[in-house]
Amino acid sequence: MIALSDYLTVAAILFGLSVVGMFINRKNIIVLLMCIEMMLLAVNINFIAFSHYLGDVTGQIFVFFILTVAAAEAAIGLAILVVLFRNRGTINVTDMDTLKG
Amino acid sequence: MSFEQIVFYFFSAILLLSALAVITVRNPVHAALFLVLAFFTTAALWLLLEAEFLAITLVLVYVGAVMVLFLFVVMMLDINTSTLKERLGSYLPVGGLVAVLAIAVMAAAVGRDHFGLEQYAAPERLAADASNTRMIGEQLYTVYLYPFELAAVILLVAIIAAIALTLRTRPGSRYQNIDKQVKVKRDERLRVVKMDSEERK
Repeated sequence: MIALSDYLTVAAILFGLSVVGMFINRKNIIVLLMCIEMMLLAVNINFIAFSHYLGDVTGQIFVFFILTVAAAEAAIGLAILVVLFRNRGTINVTDMDTLKG
Repeated sequence: MSFEQIVFYFFSAILLLSALAVITVRNPVHAALFLVLAFFTTAALWLLLEAEFLAITLVLVYVGAVMVLFLFVVMMLDINTSTLKERLGSYLPVGGLVAVLAIAVMAAAVGRDHFGLEQYAAPERLAADASNTRMIGEQLYTVYLYPFELAAVILLVAIIAAIALTLRTRPGSRYQNIDKQVKVKRDERLRVVKMDSEERK
């Protein structure tokens, strides 16, 4: 039988891989957005695994709302990206230093 | 090894390999396509967890809408990938260290000692006519009705924000002025001229 820990471990590895992706792709903002999507996916796997093993459908409701917010976030993030590229002609993260942060 | 375990390990392996490919391939289009594969395999895992509605939603919403949006933006922006190619550079060691530590800590926390079959026995499979959609709907439209409507408002705000951000009116472009078109009277457009007939030359 598949234990709950198996699903949680897969989600943990997926989350860790997306953290590495944030580090090694720190110049390409599109891949950064994809890594955020993968992190949300890992969290959703956790929610659904717990929902199944605890016999409570509330976890799936949470995933429903996370999917909604993540879709909105991706749409607005990509819109900001398009505006940024239109104004600056680049999406290199290191070129975005107007705020001197 | 039971059939369920074979399915689980098969899709988990594909999921993790495609996630690895997303963060290592150089071409953003390939990364987006590998992310699509990751979403498909995750949907398969969710089917294994009897979350059919959300599995189908993941495929429809993420693969059908969000990833198409990603691919659209990647192809529209015409990114110069050569400037972004500084890959696997000085940040790989620290990133790898952080990831190995994070995965080790999380795996220790969620390992078989705490979340194994002894602590959380695998539940009985639901009956063949049990409807996951009905279960979600019964909760969503009663207990979570207010958050559900808030989610709808969030989506509306996202639509307006995305359109407002990317809308661009070019100077000098010609377009219809609907107000003026509707308001116009006959006398402003049509003039009947009375004149005497002339002889053809």
